[in-house]
Amino acid sequence: MMAAERVLVKPAPQNPRLTVPEVDVRICLGTGGVAAGSREVLKAFKEGLARTNVLAVIRPREDDCAGRCASVTGTGCQGLCAMDPLVEIHLRRNGSSQKVTYGQVTPAMADEIIAQHIIGGEPISKWLVLTDEGPTEFDSFYASQEKLTLRHVGIIDPEDIDDYLEADGYQALYKVLSQMTPEQVIDEIQASGLRGRGGAGFPTGQKWRFAAGYSSPDGVKYFICNGDEGDPGAFMDCSALEGDPHAVFEGMAIGAYAIGATTGYMYVRAEYPLALRRIKIAMKAAEERGLIGDNIMGSDFSFHIKLKEGAGAFVCGEETAMMQSIEGNRGMPRLRPPFPAESGLWHRPTNINNVETLAVVPWIILNGAEAFAARGYEKSRGTKVFALAGKVNRTGLAEVPMGRTLREVIFGIGGGVKHGKAFKAVQMGGPSGGCLPESLLDLPVDYETINQTGAIVGSGGMIVIDQDNCIVDTARYFLSFTQQESCGKCPPCRIGTKRMLGVLDKICEGKGTLEDIAFLEEMAQQVRVGSLCGLGTTAPNPVLTALKYFRDEFEEHVLEKKCRAGACAALTTYAIDPATCTGCRACARVCPVQAITGERKEIHVIDQALCIKCGACFEKCRFDAVRRS
Amino acid sequence: MTTEAAFGDVQAEQEEQFLDLIDHYKGERGSLVPLLQGAQGIFGYLPQEVMVRVAEAAGEPLSKALGVATFYSQFRLHPHAKHTIRCCHGTACHVSGATLISQEIERHLGIHAGENTPDMLYALEEVHCVGACGMAPVVMINDRAHGKLTPDKAVEVVKHFQAEVAAGDGGPVSGDGREDAE
Repeated sequence: MMAAERVLVKPAPQNPRLTVPEVDVRICLGTGGVAAGSREVLKAFKEGLARTNVLAVIRPREDDCAGRCASVTGTGCQGLCAMDPLVEIHLRRNGSSQKVTYGQVTPAMADEIIAQHIIGGEPISKWLVLTDEGPTEFDSFYASQEKLTLRHVGIIDPEDIDDYLEADGYQALYKVLSQMTPEQVIDEIQASGLRGRGGAGFPTGQKWRFAAGYSSPDGVKYFICNGDEGDPGAFMDCSALEGDPHAVFEGMAIGAYAIGATTGYMYVRAEYPLALRRIKIAMKAAEERGLIGDNIMGSDFSFHIKLKEGAGAFVCGEETAMMQSIEGNRGMPRLRPPFPAESGLWHRPTNINNVETLAVVPWIILNGAEAFAARGYEKSRGTKVFALAGKVNRTGLAEVPMGRTLREVIFGIGGGVKHGKAFKAVQMGGPSGGCLPESLLDLPVDYETINQTGAIVGSGGMIVIDQDNCIVDTARYFLSFTQQESCGKCPPCRIGTKRMLGVLDKICEGKGTLEDIAFLEEMAQQVRVGSLCGLGTTAPNPVLTALKYFRDEFEEHVLEKKCRAGACAALTTYAIDPATCTGCRACARVCPVQAITGERKEIHVIDQALCIKCGACFEKCRFDAVRRS
Repeated sequence: MTTEAAFGDVQAEQEEQFLDLIDHYKGERGSLVPLLQGAQGIFGYLPQEVMVRVAEAAGEPLSKALGVATFYSQFRLHPHAKHTIRCCHGTACHVSGATLISQEIERHLGIHAGENTPDMLYALEEVHCVGACGMAPVVMINDRAHGKLTPDKAVEVVKHFQAEVAAGDGGPVSGDGREDAE
């Protein structure tokens, strides 16, 4: 290779830290953190610290500081979204170092933390979620995680390229360009056992080898990063892009070098405004530093990345549809072969990988394929990021080695079901996956095992549902999603999902029959075999798994006209138990349609003709006087 | 300055931005989608005359431009209110009561999802997943997400925002990627 003959410029921070501040405050500014009010908390810390007059608030790369100083940094997602806004405080004083994380911090709490902990030296233990000293109730969230993909997310400032460079950023690309041939890179990734994290689980090294094997007459090849995270309930790509965009660029550049591509496209959903903003900032910085662009680090390798904003179509997550979309067409999938490796974007050889896959590539290059392959289970190697959400106590992002059981992830890391309710199912794989019951919780999470259940690992979303969620309604939710998102090319998908949705609507309204259930199963087969792309072939999965594991709930809806979860409005009635009602008027005040009457200290009554079955009174009553049946 | 003159200024500014946009994508392959996105960012929606000019700039027949614009959920062919309220209906939000939240906001604003308020200040939308599942259920007002809502809290958040708008401080308008800095 030419690369060996040139002297490459090893990437290093341009503005090294001038000061290691005594007080280092890091606040989660991921989408979740911001939703919980972290911007206000960040402002409170900056202003509160400045008001102490003891500490100078500085920017460590720009300001020198003679006396005592503090810095306040915004990071990406710190993982434990349930406790957002999360604030990590690292104190370095008198030769010792102490690091703690506070959860659910408010601006008012910021003032107390500054006074008692930062100035006074006494951490406020009741608000702590993580310390480097004693245990907290959240230890099981952190204990079994291993962060390879998310190694910088929630730690560095994603808008500061020097933060990334200081944390070994672009060193993997340097290693590749200075010491490795493209074949060696592909061998390394293949040896690591890395598989596509977007859902299909195709071996990444093998994919790169295919793409490397084709050439086009004009020498043009493309490398696409799929950031069109459309699965509702998955947010790991969002967090990776928001929290560590350079890692994804670096992974793309390494892949592009391996397959011989010079142009890259990063396709990211428009629904992620914060991710898009940080990508743009990071891209500009990487180009200015010569880490993306012509003759990267002084080598012969040039690679340019263009950002494409998705325009809102789930099907564009499918690779051939995505290429159509980049070309400016309706995002409709096409028949394969030819596979994109042979003829993809503008008929040139093209490789597509998902964000999470690319984010871990630099780690593999720096730490070796063996280190990655040492983790995992059977044919699923390495770690995977799971997005825990729904009725689970500790919602958030967790990265664990593949092969942990569902129970370990949901009850260990996730801390079990909210409000002590009964676990009903975990939904894996979104609209292409399914709901798995409690009896399967001891299965290891790896691609093959989960496939056998009828669900899929997919992009790693795990939505926990409890006794108050209806299985039929959940299946209907996914069908309404796929029905809306079907591109319309294949009639079995376009019409079949609509017919299935119609039947599910009918069952939820209490008008279903046993024949309807049989029809669902038959139609599911038609849609599966008659559709071209993954959207259609997997669209029936939520219904089929629901019928496989929760058939009794379907039959209850049909035969007894009963929804045990109380989620299907037509099958649910709310009434007030006269013996328990205290006449407190709480339910009457919360009723949006004024269907509840009764004077204070007198028994209340729900007017069934007015009731819209919203359940607000049921949630509100502290005396369990509102009965649902 | 009269209102009419101010309106004229807005139009002139939009025209200038639109010409810059067309110039920026001149000769670039696959420019139809970004042109439509940019045009919508300028005009708030895609009026017929804009569609005609975008198609021409992209070198595509109008039928194709319209086909693309109607394929993607982002594009709007009708005027859109100044501020956008998006109720997230991702899976986590759905199982955590997003339907009730949507209903309450609909009742509060007096419109259905997909509609604008008559004063053209608020548009209500239902979207699939904004990527803040850990904070479900979520409502986004312009580009700012609000999490862990109940129907009551959601209406409070909307009311609070309306009060800010009334006081002349509504933050950046309907988000197409714009975001307030810290």
